Amino acid sequence: MLKKVIFKTLIVYCLLVNFIQAAESGGMPQLDPEFWVSQIFWLVITFGILFLVLSKLILPKISDNLETRKSQILDNLELAEKQRKESETKLKEFDNIILRSKIDAKNLFNDSRKKLLDDINNKRVKLEEEIDKEIKIVETEIKELRKKSPEKINKIAIETSSDLINQLIGSNVNNSSITAIVTDISSKNKTV
Amino acid sequence: MAANPMTQFNVYRIGPEIKVGDIDISFTNASLFMVISIITILLIFNFGAKKNSIIPTKLQLLGELSYSFISKMISDTAGSKAKPYFAFIFSLFMFVLFCNMLGMIPYTFTVTSHIIVTFVLATFIFIGVTVIGFIKHGLGYLKLFVPSGVPMVLLPLIVIIEIISYLSRPISLSVRLFANMMAGHTMMKVFGGFVVSLGIVGGWLPLGFSVALTGLEILVAFLQAYVFAILTCIYLNDALNLHH
Repeated sequence: MLKKVIFKTLIVYCLLVNFIQAAESGGMPQLDPEFWVSQIFWLVITFGILFLVLSKLILPKISDNLETRKSQILDNLELAEKQRKESETKLKEFDNIILRSKIDAKNLFNDSRKKLLDDINNKRVKLEEEIDKEIKIVETEIKELRKKSPEKINKIAIETSSDLINQLIGSNVNNSSITAIVTDISSKNKTV
Repeated sequence: MAANPMTQFNVYRIGPEIKVGDIDISFTNASLFMVISIITILLIFNFGAKKNSIIPTKLQLLGELSYSFISKMISDTAGSKAKPYFAFIFSLFMFVLFCNMLGMIPYTFTVTSHIIVTFVLATFIFIGVTVIGFIKHGLGYLKLFVPSGVPMVLLPLIVIIEIISYLSRPISLSVRLFANMMAGHTMMKVFGGFVVSLGIVGGWLPLGFSVALTGLEILVAFLQAYVFAILTCIYLNDALNLHH
């Protein structure tokens, strides 16, 4: 600011020659006192009117406008802050709900898996039991069959051998002797 | 004598001669431009203050920006105690600014290029500030001329210098504005005259100069109004907060 003032005064100084010339040729109208009083008079009147109208009518209005704008902006800011807080709490609630539902879903999943596993186990145990039973039945059957099989073999052997003898010789041989022989051979086979 | 750069400052009567007793208070071209200035100011700010919308219209924005600009200037330089003088400084700034700016329009008259106008304004400010100072501080206001921390030997000299600088305030304030405005307008007139006299061959250089000067003068017109207002604030600050 000061620099600019100094700069201007320098320019004024440089132009001083110009002014002197001008003043010599035509004179400076500023220094002619003919209209000084008139200028002062009109200056006082116009400036007075300007000051009165500005200070009484216009400036209060402008300051009012500025105040209302300021308060309105503050109100809006307050409202925005309030809404922000509200939305934050809402967001938290929402997060909680999501978290809870996640946990619920997990629980549900676990439960159902457990149930399913239990079910599978139960069924397997049952099935195994049944299988065991069947195996036992079959084993006993096999055992019985095994027990019966030598007798049957003997019987068949006796029958076939008696038939063979009958066809070879043409006469009946005593059944009891054949039986004795067959049992004798089969017992020998057993031992071998 | 259109070539004389000083004829633009001539004051002449418009309409009949008005005399109160022996005193001539006729309406002149200077009075006309004072009236035009205040009408322009009042119209702009009246329309700027009329509507109160949250998003301001252009004129409203202009008014509000000027308002906050000047209120910031005052509170920066003179503190919060200067609030009651806001309206005066606002009117002062606007009056000087619009007189300067209207003077930049070709064929108009620049009110502030007359020493008597600026001198009356500056003297009014000087007297007003002095009165305010004595009302606020009583005779203690004279302490303004005695800066603290000065050796006793130098004190008489300093006091004399301070008093002279204080008394020369209205002169420096008025001459600064008046000389700036007159210098600028004279210079523009001189270069304009060069353009005419050098004709189409050599007139281009002074024409370019004239264009550049117009820009500079618009800056000066604003700057001098600002300087006038801010110096008023500084003088007011001296009167309100005595901190020498």
